[in-house]
Amino acid sequence: MNEEILKVDNLGVNFYIGDRIVPAVDGVSFSLLKGETLGIVGESGCGKSVTALSIMRLLQTPPARIVRGEILFKGENLLSKSAEEMRKIRGKEISMIFQEPMTSLNPVFTIGQQISEVIMQHQNLSKKEALSKTIDMLRLVKIPLPERIIKQYPHQLSGGMRQRVMIAIALACGPELLIADEPTTALDVTVQAQILDLINELKEKLNSAVIMISHDLGVVAEVSNKVAVMYSGRIVEYADVQSIFNEPKHPYTKGLIEAIPDIEMDRQQRLREIRGAVPFPGEIKEGCRFKTRCDCARKNCITEEPPLIQVGTNHVRCWNYA
Amino acid sequence: MAAKILEVSNLKKYFPVKSNLLGKGMEFVKAVDGVDFHINHGEVLGLVGESGCGKSTTGRTVLRLLDPMDGQIVFEGQDITHFDKKQLRAVYKHMQLVFQDPFASLNPRKKVGSAIDEVLIVHGMKDKMQRREKIQDLFEMVGLRGEEDKYPHEFSGGQRQRVVIARALAVNPKLLICDEPVSALDVSIQAQIINLLTGLKNRLGLSYLFISHDLRVVKYMSDRVAVMYLGKIVETAPTEELFRNPAHPYSKALLSSVSALGANMKKKKVILEGEVPSPVNPPSGCRFRTRCQYATEICSEATPEIKCIGNEHYVSCHLY
Repeated sequence: MNEEILKVDNLGVNFYIGDRIVPAVDGVSFSLLKGETLGIVGESGCGKSVTALSIMRLLQTPPARIVRGEILFKGENLLSKSAEEMRKIRGKEISMIFQEPMTSLNPVFTIGQQISEVIMQHQNLSKKEALSKTIDMLRLVKIPLPERIIKQYPHQLSGGMRQRVMIAIALACGPELLIADEPTTALDVTVQAQILDLINELKEKLNSAVIMISHDLGVVAEVSNKVAVMYSGRIVEYADVQSIFNEPKHPYTKGLIEAIPDIEMDRQQRLREIRGAVPFPGEIKEGCRFKTRCDCARKNCITEEPPLIQVGTNHVRCWNYA
Repeated sequence: MAAKILEVSNLKKYFPVKSNLLGKGMEFVKAVDGVDFHINHGEVLGLVGESGCGKSTTGRTVLRLLDPMDGQIVFEGQDITHFDKKQLRAVYKHMQLVFQDPFASLNPRKKVGSAIDEVLIVHGMKDKMQRREKIQDLFEMVGLRGEEDKYPHEFSGGQRQRVVIARALAVNPKLLICDEPVSALDVSIQAQIINLLTGLKNRLGLSYLFISHDLRVVKYMSDRVAVMYLGKIVETAPTEELFRNPAHPYSKALLSSVSALGANMKKKKVILEGEVPSPVNPPSGCRFRTRCQYATEICSEATPEIKCIGNEHYVSCHLY
């Protein structure tokens, strides 16, 4: 069980736009064990999706370029793989579910064609065998009447159904790592509950590791074992899910949690807000990236950036714990 | 205080989707199909539901941005259901709208101050100095002091939403219809806007119709909450009561989908089967019956009446 499946070490991704260099991801490290779920949370532009796309090697280059770091998948560095080798890994050993089920399916192919394509690509099966496997997969993701659905086109399905199809495609080859990038953001809450339930259930069944990326702390709290909080291209706190939500350490994590009106909160109580706005990537050149919005910023926060400091079981990037 | 500022009864709004050349065989999306609610002075009524349930259409129809097909809208004792444009202009001095998308609701070529200036002119404030002063006051009120000469692109999403709120407040309204006012914003910014809205409400004695799909935000903002499903309100109750004892099976499922952050996060949820049916052909009888685990024969035959099951707690379900 304690097998390390993914290790991201000091990943850095820059975007080159005109003569500007935008560091979208700046020194991100984490690791993931078999059967474990890592939640990555953060606000728009913090680099969480870019991190995911780097693991898949799906970043558009240019403008983006991975400038440093290693991504070790089962001990092998994905960054040194050729395009051909990556193609064999993608969809088979590592799969991804995207946010928008509306745009990630091809509108001119039937559901059956799209799922069986993946299966045939990776598993050396005949068309007929692939199609019967497709039906099995659809049944696995609890789509009613799979025999009929395989002949339908994406526009004939609802959003929740399409996301189920996406999950079926992602899981068709039993990947060891599943990356879900905001898989439920475009869906309604009752459907969201169904999809999260499904991802959890299938993860247990297939013993895959999952990276769940979301801006919604509620979603992350529900499915993750470990959580990484990202801010402006960096991980600012990294800990198991209980400590993140019950004893958050970093002022940003605390702020994020307190900024959400909790369901048990008294209405008289004013919500704590994080003042100011999210900085552009690369805007803050020195010191702690959160210094402009932090209430406990001190002298060295302005000039020197804190490292990830271990506090109990948490890792926190904040001078207040040095 | 308990006097009603807004009372809506049997409100209906259908959108035509298909017809043949002669206009026969028309089909309608029954977006809002017989909705009743009221808002008291100084009260916040939360309106929750999933996409397509008709909550935004309800908001817009109440403002008469859409013409209702049936029903009655009474605002401050006046029946505004059939008011013409000129009469409505007077109503809009007291009732305003805050939209979801702060990027689309400001003209990019206009300084934000002059966007508000325009509102003041339309509503008859002639003196230029007076308008200037009013604009400064408004910007101060929403926490953007001295920023009135900037263009929308110079602001972040949260600041734009502040501008939109300032514009809505320019005419000193009594009722604000807030349609998902924080949904497009980042979590850390959401709290700022929620605090601003709460503060303004207390200071100016406003009432809100607060439309949102985010149950945490609605719980925090509202005095009472109405739950909508497929064009109908299925349950209305004071916020605490609704979150503690939801009665309608749909409310139960909806509310169980949010759990308290932190302690016992992995609590058991009520997971609904299937998805929301099409509002073109909603199920007969109770609209929720196709996904309801308690559905019996009567649910497909008769539409449930609205029943009072406690202190201001109304539910429309055959179980009660």
